[in-house]
Amino acid sequence: MLEKGLFKKPNNPLEIHEKAVDAQQPSIPEEMCVSCPSCKETLFANELEENLSVCHRCGHHFRVGARQRIGIMLDPDTFTEFYGHMSSTNILRFPEYEKKLQKAADASGEKEAVVCGTGRIGGFSVAVFVMDHLFMMGSMGTVVGEKITRIFEYATEHSLPVVGFTVSGGARMQEGILSLMQMAKTSAAVKRHSDAGNLYITVITDPTSGGVTASFAMEGDVIVSEPKAFIGFAGPVVIEQTMRQKLPEGFQRAELLLEKGFVDDIVKRKDLKAYLARLLDLHRRRA
Amino acid sequence: MEAYERVLTARAKGRPSGLSFITNIFEDFVEFHGDRRFADDKAIVAGIARLCGMPVTVIAHEKGSDTQDKVERNFGSAHPEGYRKALRQMKLAEKFRRPVVCFIDTSGAFPGIGAEERGQAQAIAENLMEMMTLKTPILAVLIGEGGSGGALALAVADEVWMLQNTIYSVISPEGCASILWKDASRVKEAAESLRLTAEDLLEFGVIERIIKEPEDFSEIYVRLREQIYETVSKHRALPVETLLDNRYKRFRKLGVREA
Repeated sequence: MLEKGLFKKPNNPLEIHEKAVDAQQPSIPEEMCVSCPSCKETLFANELEENLSVCHRCGHHFRVGARQRIGIMLDPDTFTEFYGHMSSTNILRFPEYEKKLQKAADASGEKEAVVCGTGRIGGFSVAVFVMDHLFMMGSMGTVVGEKITRIFEYATEHSLPVVGFTVSGGARMQEGILSLMQMAKTSAAVKRHSDAGNLYITVITDPTSGGVTASFAMEGDVIVSEPKAFIGFAGPVVIEQTMRQKLPEGFQRAELLLEKGFVDDIVKRKDLKAYLARLLDLHRRRA
Repeated sequence: MEAYERVLTARAKGRPSGLSFITNIFEDFVEFHGDRRFADDKAIVAGIARLCGMPVTVIAHEKGSDTQDKVERNFGSAHPEGYRKALRQMKLAEKFRRPVVCFIDTSGAFPGIGAEERGQAQAIAENLMEMMTLKTPILAVLIGEGGSGGALALAVADEVWMLQNTIYSVISPEGCASILWKDASRVKEAAESLRLTAEDLLEFGVIERIIKEPEDFSEIYVRLREQIYETVSKHRALPVETLLDNRYKRFRKLGVREA
């Protein structure tokens, strides 16, 4: 098939697949009821949000936008945003890219697919980056790559640990080769941060794929995932076309990656903050 | 030449593959197999050789010659073992202070069940990180297709060159057309939009040099031998800190906009 060997398309099957879900997610707060995509339980929107957007019946972890994630994970009123003014332009003059950027901004309320800054988790100072699926499924173009690189450089300069929450369809097609180069650029910054003896914890959330998995998502000293998160390089549709067979149930899910040795643990959202605080405490740097 | 014609030329049958470049440019090639963890991935060839007398580590994607060879080499689409084999050889290059020369020609890293289960993404990510601080010069030359992460995993280098009729892209034009526009017939438009030709990449600062392509590839080999020797010698003369700092900056500047 035409697709053979193209590792980037994975994201897109994902993006297409997720569109229906995404379209509903921003409206959760406004609507009274939400149906759990996993167990079909009807959930009250306000109760769902109180429960950290996790289904009280089956434990399904709904995707959460970057701001909600920051609210859940960081100590109250400790977050300071960096580089928040940065937004993308159509550097390649790629067809319809401006329109997509505008739609993504409207859907997410963000200027780009990652939010960076500093804050505290359980009292410990951290640099954070939080990707947002509502902005073009968290795809990485030059601005996402630049912001993530900058936060690692900042953390290196200030000897801060980095906690990163990933969600992404991969490198962003509309910025072509320059998107691909962000994989190398961010990896370079991660390596410098690491070589200086600093801690980097990756929290993988659903879904993380393509060029983001194949760069900073898999470069953490500790890599944890939320339950059942999709974690992969190629997308399931591409793999099925290549292999000419159906993928087994649970393939490319966090539980399988744990079994295969590619994540350190799976942590439920309600336990994540305490878990991160414990790791930060255990990695406290002595003067 | 239109972008899509370049795509076809880059993939054309009969275009010299990785091993041809190795055997025609270097002397004394000794191939080493295996990643010491799982298997030997024949989609990537690695070993040591001499370049004008200088010992170097050479690594190349190899798409294969005849049908059986192509199948054995998985048409140049590497599994994680291929990238791990490459990294192992790069680490040895660092230890023995040999420059590394990579030849890139792949439609992409293989999207398969085994590849996913054994950490395709992790293998690529590790190469990106480790190559960034490998304490020896690295030069990457695109000789055919530069398919996304599978190409980049051998192209974190001090300089990246492209042969005139090669491509380097975040996604193939076919994949782009079918995903973005749900219309495979718009492949030419996708090829144009992606800006994947050597001239485009030179303009973006993603590559340093375009190697002109005469009809006769033997001329290219001669030219490449001289140019590679000259370039790695220049990089080898630098203090390691400067070399690595330049490598960091090389990628750091890509995609930066003001503010």
